[in-house]
Amino acid sequence: MKEINPRDRIVLRAVQELRDGYYVNLGIGMPTLVANHIPPGINIVLQSENGLMGIGPFPYEGEEDPDLINAGKQTITDLPGSAYFSSSESFEIIRGGHIDLTIMGGMEVSQEGDLANWMVPGKMVKGMGGGMDLVASAKRVVILMQHCDKAGSSKVVKKCTLPLTGVRCVHRLITEFAVFDFDYSASAGGRSVKMILREVAPGMDVDAVRKITPAEFVTAGDVTEMKV
Amino acid sequence: MNKVVQDAKEALLKAGIRDGMTLMSGGFGLCGIPEHSIAALVELGVRNLTVISNNCGVDDFGLGLLLQRKQICKMVSSYVGENAEFERQFLSNELEVEMVPQGTLAERIRAGGAGIPAFFTPTGVGTVVQEGKEVREFDGRRYVMERALRADISIVKAAVGDTIGNLVYRKTARNFNPMMAAAGRITIAEVERLVQPGEIEPDHVHTPGVYVTYIFQGRNFQKRIEQRTTRPRATS
Repeated sequence: MKEINPRDRIVLRAVQELRDGYYVNLGIGMPTLVANHIPPGINIVLQSENGLMGIGPFPYEGEEDPDLINAGKQTITDLPGSAYFSSSESFEIIRGGHIDLTIMGGMEVSQEGDLANWMVPGKMVKGMGGGMDLVASAKRVVILMQHCDKAGSSKVVKKCTLPLTGVRCVHRLITEFAVFDFDYSASAGGRSVKMILREVAPGMDVDAVRKITPAEFVTAGDVTEMKV
Repeated sequence: MNKVVQDAKEALLKAGIRDGMTLMSGGFGLCGIPEHSIAALVELGVRNLTVISNNCGVDDFGLGLLLQRKQICKMVSSYVGENAEFERQFLSNELEVEMVPQGTLAERIRAGGAGIPAFFTPTGVGTVVQEGKEVREFDGRRYVMERALRADISIVKAAVGDTIGNLVYRKTARNFNPMMAAAGRITIAEVERLVQPGEIEPDHVHTPGVYVTYIFQGRNFQKRIEQRTTRPRATS
């Protein structure tokens, strides 16, 4: 088995979420790296929520344009077919359910599909930016995060302890050890959301995932090996 | 009709700028910010301002300049990560901050300019954003009520404007500027190039001049870049 670092595994697994024709919003950090690995034959359009559909690559040195940045304030370029619009229209696109997929980082994901990723109490509040809007309204919300924090505590929890970004909003969670789905159809009538283990990383099995995951999850059919 | 003024200072004085006003300031990061109007606010020294803006500049540019001089008492923003002085004032309770999800902020401003007092959005349901607000269910889904925002004075920036206030923005420098232009009781537009009526194709106008009270051509825009990112050229 070839060695691969956890972040690369998460990013490469996330790439497999892309489908031809998708309009996609990528969050800052690991999600941004997904754009570096778009497979041939898959054409997607990337949105920048500050007002651009159709993000191009970084500009060549000397060609940076202060009027053209992404939501992380980095200089970028546009592409043939790109479109510019205002911030309100950008979030009409998001709120209106026209974004097929958003991929975002996480600090905690709960077994209920709740997400926390915008603030740590006691630390400086930087703000939620457009994250709350995206998780509330994108057709599909995929969260990328390392399974445990630096102290070794699992971030895949029964209940989030950090302030929430959204409730019952995560459709899929990808860590370096596992891929989980959230089934909200079971949540009607007060029953809880079903968290389902779909894939495990090479070298892992269901029990090994349980050991590092306080969240209660079920398996449904075959749990397959992550193809990364 | 005479909307053209010499500079930002003249525009702000004509607009009746004074302590305690609520201002909207266009831009995203340092992209598309009304840098001349901000500089004039520094020069005029008005204080106790409530500023509605997606971000709050950096330490030495943009709205950060007003923070340095403690001219802002409250910020309404979605993200303020790039500013050490902001952090210091916030943690010492010198500065009040209202954090608003970016899409909700954009829509609250749009609603303000459009005469809509409030609206319902799914953003922030079940989070701290919902606290103290009405929540209603529509078609089986919960939404939180958000109120419109208006400003005493909006300061916006466009690439091109004509003497009757029609504006054209460039690329992602558009961002919050169009909605803020509409939501200001008085709106001051600064442009890189001021042209005569008719020089802008009517089909290409982004902000109709009806929203703009005063307009001026700024000199020597700095247009600073916050994160300069590039890719290597292929070597031939």
